[in-house]
This record gives sequence, structure tokens and C-alpha cells, in this order.
Amino acid sequence: MLAIADYGVGNLFSLQSSLKSLGESAYFASRPEELKRADRIILPGVGAFGDAVKKLRETGMFDALKEQAKAGKPILGICLGMQLLLEKSLEFGTFEGLGLIKGEVRPIAEVIPKGLKIPHIGWNGLSFKPHPLFKNIRQGDCVYFVHSFFAADCPSIIATTDYGANLTAAVAEENVAGCQFHPEKSGAVGLAILKSFCEF
Amino acid sequence: MLRKRIIPCLDVRDGKVTKGINFLGNRDIADPVELADFYSKCGADELVFYDITASAEGRALFTDVLRRVASTVFIPLTVGGGIRTLEDFDRVLKCGADKVSVNSGAIADKTLIRRASERYGSQCVVISADVARKDGGYRVYGRGGRDDTGIDAEEWIKYCVSEGAGEVVLNSIDTDGVKCGFDIEMLEALCKDISVPVVASGGAGKTEDFIALFKALPWVDAGLAASVFHYKEISIPELKAELSKCCIPVRL
Repeated sequence: MLAIADYGVGNLFSLQSSLKSLGESAYFASRPEELKRADRIILPGVGAFGDAVKKLRETGMFDALKEQAKAGKPILGICLGMQLLLEKSLEFGTFEGLGLIKGEVRPIAEVIPKGLKIPHIGWNGLSFKPHPLFKNIRQGDCVYFVHSFFAADCPSIIATTDYGANLTAAVAEENVAGCQFHPEKSGAVGLAILKSFCEF
Repeated sequence: MLRKRIIPCLDVRDGKVTKGINFLGNRDIADPVELADFYSKCGADELVFYDITASAEGRALFTDVLRRVASTVFIPLTVGGGIRTLEDFDRVLKCGADKVSVNSGAIADKTLIRRASERYGSQCVVISADVARKDGGYRVYGRGGRDDTGIDAEEWIKYCVSEGAGEVVLNSIDTDGVKCGFDIEMLEALCKDISVPVVASGGAGKTEDFIALFKALPWVDAGLAASVFHYKEISIPELKAELSKCCIPVRL
């Protein structure tokens, strides 16, 4: 069974529906022991990094996610959930992340040309390295992004997208992966990526 | 490169999609869940649902439609119509909406946009402005285009963005339903320097209108239309193929 980490941040209806459409039953996990009995875990999230870390710590899931990752369980972070996998974030202060992926979260304003709109919202193409998550999609396929921060100084980038600069679109280190875009909102391409994670 | 978005808009009343001309004379035409699925398969980049019911029963029916759409269609969904409070935001977000569009609600309560963007994030809050030319200027209209609010449109849009709106939909009442092209003059006058995404709405009649829009105003992010898609006067796959031929980036 697949667990969706539920720590009170964001709407999980679409994510659960998209998994259901793939024939994958997913349950919401809001306590450490509920994460432990899952075969794989999705860490979603929208909103601010600092708030999310606070809520993960309050529920005990911060340490539980680290334990499950070290035990080799497949974990997929989505959007803010991907950013939480990194070592730290510079969004409205400096916050420590889960540290499962090397790198830090920085504003896209530092790297994109002036005049481009922030947040980066909409459909953009993926340029990816071979990885099990991408086995059923093609180079250049579009996915849906909504973000103002990105994973920087990250040696584990497996996909980028071009928004005036190459922005990190996905990261992975062994059993832990994350995508900056929303696969549950990216039509058939997004569903193919979620399906691949379920077989990961 | 970010793709230009093509967005069909579905006005929903009593659980059915309707489309009128110049905001009046709506008539029921289709099942919204089926239509949403059809558009998603055709390559629509996003869907907008406007709840145009006034009754509580209609509202419950709309919420049910939204939940069913969000269970089967996995592209971004924007919901508008009758959004006046944070509880209204909550109600539609829990049913699978990704963005919430406000219009009359934001005019009635000038703090709504700020409070909503602080709670849900700017990416979630869309200001939809119904605008018409009046007395040599541009004026914001409320209640589905019926009431002249007396508010200057340029100032209003700037105010909404400064309050935290993360996207602007500019609907020209002057070109809505007329099918003679988007209101490029109005868009240029009101949205050129806006720092958030801009969606053009009102006036699309044929494929060339979308090409003209994105050629004339490269900073416009999306084109929204209803009847031309509902009545199959424009097919989305053909429209996107034509835009691509004209070097306008779209998701194919």
C-alpha cells in the first residue's frame, strides 16, 4: 500500500484520485506508525517550507520519513515535498530540511532573467537523464509547474526545465526521488510518472 | 520554454454547462463531467468552471460536479462564481480545485484577496475582472457583467495584484460572445506591466484570433474561450497545431 503523508498542508484530493485512476490504493498517513506500514510513500506539499517543517516535526513524521528513507523505502516528494527532501531552504529565513538529497532550496529569481514572471506557473518541457521514473515518457514532454523556489547546488538532478535558465525539475538519490512539478496535474505524462513510481 | 495555455471555460448551472451571449440568455448544453474529460483528452491545458447558480441546491450540485471532474481529469482546475468568503475557498479547494477565481466577491470585500492569498498562497488566487469601455476609460463590472461598479479597471487590477492575486483573467465585456477576436487594445492598456500571469478572455471566434493574440501580446500567458469550443467551431488539437506552426509554444 502507498501512503500519502498528510501533515495538514495542501489539498490531497487530486493526488489520491490520480493514484486511484491508476489502480493504486493510497491512504493518508498523519502519524509515524502509519508511514511505517506503507510499501512506498508520497510526500506532497504546497505553501511555505518553514511551516511544513514545523508541522512535520510536530507530528513526528520528520524523523519517521528519515528512518523510512534510510530503511530503503521508495519515497517521492512532490513540489514543496521535493524541496523538503533537501538539506536546507532559504525561503523566508533559513530552515533545515530532511537532508535526504544534497542541495538547498533557493529563489528562482536568482537565476532566471529579469522580466520573466514569478512564480513559474504553467506547462513546461522536461529534459531528463535515464531514470526509472521516466521510463514511459519522452524527452520534451510537458508537465505542470507552480513554484518560486528551486533545488540549487544539487548533484542529484535527474531532470531540468527551461525557464530562461535550467531549473531543477526532478531529483533522485537511490530510493528517494522528488519532482518540482505536479504529476497529479500533468495529464497523461504525469500519470505515467506516478505509475513508474508505483513500480519503483 | 513555458507553453501558452488554451483554456476552455465551462459555465455550470444546476449541474449543466451553459453558454449565453453577452452574459445573457444562458441555455443548458452539456454534462460538465463528460465535457471536461473530452477537453482534457483534446489537450486543453486547464479548465475553468464558473458556478452561475444562485440557489443552495445549485451550489451543492456544482460542488458535486467539481468533485467528479477532479476525480477523473488530471489537469489544473480553476473555479469561480459565488466566491465571497474564505469558507467558499475552502469548499471548492477541498473538492479538487487548484485555483479560485474571484470577481464580485473581491469588489464587495476588499480584504478577500489578501486574506485568501495569505492562507492558500498567491498561486491559488485569481482575479477575474469583467471590464467594459465607459466614458473614455475602462470600468470594472460586477454581478456577471450587469453592474457598473464605477471602479477604474487599471487601478483595480493593480490593487488586486498588490493584494496577492497570482493571476489575472481579463474578460472584455465589449468583445464577449461577439467572436471577432480578443480585445487586444484593452489587454494592452490594462495588463501589459502586470507581474503575474495574464489570461485573455472574451471574443475568440476562430483559430486566427488566438494566433493574433499571442503574436500581438507575447506576454499574455493564456487564451480562454467557451462557446467556440463547446460548439466545436474550434478544435483544440487543430488550434494547437496551428499555433505551433506559427512558432507560438504550446503543449502538443
